[in-house]
Amino acid sequence: MEMDWQPVWLSLKLASVTTLLLLLIGTPLAWWLSQTRSLFKQPIAAIIALPLVLPSTVLGFYLLLLLGPQGAVGQFMQRLGLDTLPFTFAGLVVASIFYSLPFMVQPLQNAFENLGTKPLESAATLRASPFDTFMSVVVPLARPGFITGIVLCFAHTIGEFGVILMIGGNIPGETQVLSIAIYDHVEMLEYGQAHILSAGMVLFSFVVLLTLYYMNRRIEVRNR
Amino acid sequence: MSRAIQAHFKADRGEFQLDARFTLPGQGVSALFGDSGSGKTTLLRCIAGLEPKIDGSLSVDGEPWQSMDSLFTPPHKRPVGYVFQEANLFAHLNVQQNIQFGEKRLKPHERIMKMDDVVQMLSITHLLKRAVTHLSGGEQQRVAIARALLTSPRLLLMDEPLSALDEHSKQEVLPYLERLHDELAMPVIYVTHSQKELSRLADYMVWIEQGKVQAEGSLQQVMGRFDLAARHGEEAGEVMIAKVMQHDDYYHLSRLQCRCGELWVKRVNRKVGDEVRVHIPAKDVSITLQPAVGSSIQNIWPMVIEAVSEVSQGQLILQLSSGENGSPLLLSRITLKSFERLQLKVASHCYVQIKSVGLLQ
Repeated sequence: MEMDWQPVWLSLKLASVTTLLLLLIGTPLAWWLSQTRSLFKQPIAAIIALPLVLPSTVLGFYLLLLLGPQGAVGQFMQRLGLDTLPFTFAGLVVASIFYSLPFMVQPLQNAFENLGTKPLESAATLRASPFDTFMSVVVPLARPGFITGIVLCFAHTIGEFGVILMIGGNIPGETQVLSIAIYDHVEMLEYGQAHILSAGMVLFSFVVLLTLYYMNRRIEVRNR
Repeated sequence: MSRAIQAHFKADRGEFQLDARFTLPGQGVSALFGDSGSGKTTLLRCIAGLEPKIDGSLSVDGEPWQSMDSLFTPPHKRPVGYVFQEANLFAHLNVQQNIQFGEKRLKPHERIMKMDDVVQMLSITHLLKRAVTHLSGGEQQRVAIARALLTSPRLLLMDEPLSALDEHSKQEVLPYLERLHDELAMPVIYVTHSQKELSRLADYMVWIEQGKVQAEGSLQQVMGRFDLAARHGEEAGEVMIAKVMQHDDYYHLSRLQCRCGELWVKRVNRKVGDEVRVHIPAKDVSITLQPAVGSSIQNIWPMVIEAVSEVSQGQLILQLSSGENGSPLLLSRITLKSFERLQLKVASHCYVQIKSVGLLQ
């Protein structure tokens, strides 16, 4: 039985890049949602949450249309002299960002909202500018939210299947991630390889969640 | 310089209309006093810049911080220290890190208050390395006060700092507030609804009701004002400053001199020449037409009735003066029945007997 580990590394790379970018995109978005009284708050929160309820193939389908050579984004990219995104690693990253966005934004938004206004006002009367307050008060106090967001995004991206199948296809070394590789092995009746990868996924997911719960519990106990 | 803080804030929130204009002295403790819902906390938040949506103008020492529609200095650029009802310490920092949070953000030349002095004044030296979650309520509030003081503020704002504490912790923290009052040069604005805290701490007061200023002036002026006293029925009384003249160790008494005359009280733990604040409750001031003979009461003064008002059915409050300049000095609460039996009226001469004197410091 010959094992190809490339899909595993590809999945880890995709999940790392996606999580990092989501941290940069999701944090300001979650902060805005937690502080705003804008009329757009609820519609935007609903749009962000869509991937939670939609079949991932729906998301993948529309992204394929949008990013493809006939889609608005695809046409724009071609005009800039760039390749279109579908069936590339970059395309997977873009798709994963949409797909995992609620897993970053929701825990952060909850954590920010739970802080209330008191620490912010205290910091303001102690000469901290809004950005300073965010970095030195909000981020440390919302740490459980950040840990949850990072872990869930990472794990959720690793487990992604439908969107990738639609937008990435099955190109070894480029878009053939773990979940796709398992599907492939099963198709070719290579149950041994499928077992190794699947059991690895189960174990990985369990360890990730267990670590998450232990970490958040430790923080809770410390802050009590 | 004595009138250093000028403020005017206006807001219309439907049921609640705020429109308060007041001027506070640039030293000592000024109280914003009123019932809950009167708007006093909102006014304090306005001074700190925490209510950007409320229109207002504010200048401190002639320097404008806010004007009706053009200028608004954000809270982190206002040199104020703010002590909230709850300590609001940062849970991710220990006591020392909390205390230094604001200090770290000052420019070196702005750091006037020294950490060691502040920590010592509030007796929290032994707590510095602790996590804030392991402090008692009173300790947390003392840390919060230290944290505000270390920003070397031009103005210290305190929003009912004792109200979230139990009785025991109140008694623990109150002496520290009195120390602040005695030892610090910076002006303090203190929000409270407690007459006790008001009379123990404040020098100047603004009485707020339903978003409007009802009265402002020195504590003595406003507390003596009839309408305020009448409203606080049971608790009405006079606060005055008295000087310790003499101690009598055999009878365990002290003789005080105040603006009405001499006063014998239970021995006070102060040096001769020290000033103390006394509170004389109106219900403990009774009236006789002749100086009582054979009475157990020692403090008896001749006085003149200046004004009379009915505070509840059958209950009157008399405003009394020593008769020389006619300015009101003392309040007495008696029944309508006694008033008529003694045939009292405004300008009647009488003797007051003082049954109890509360020592406030």
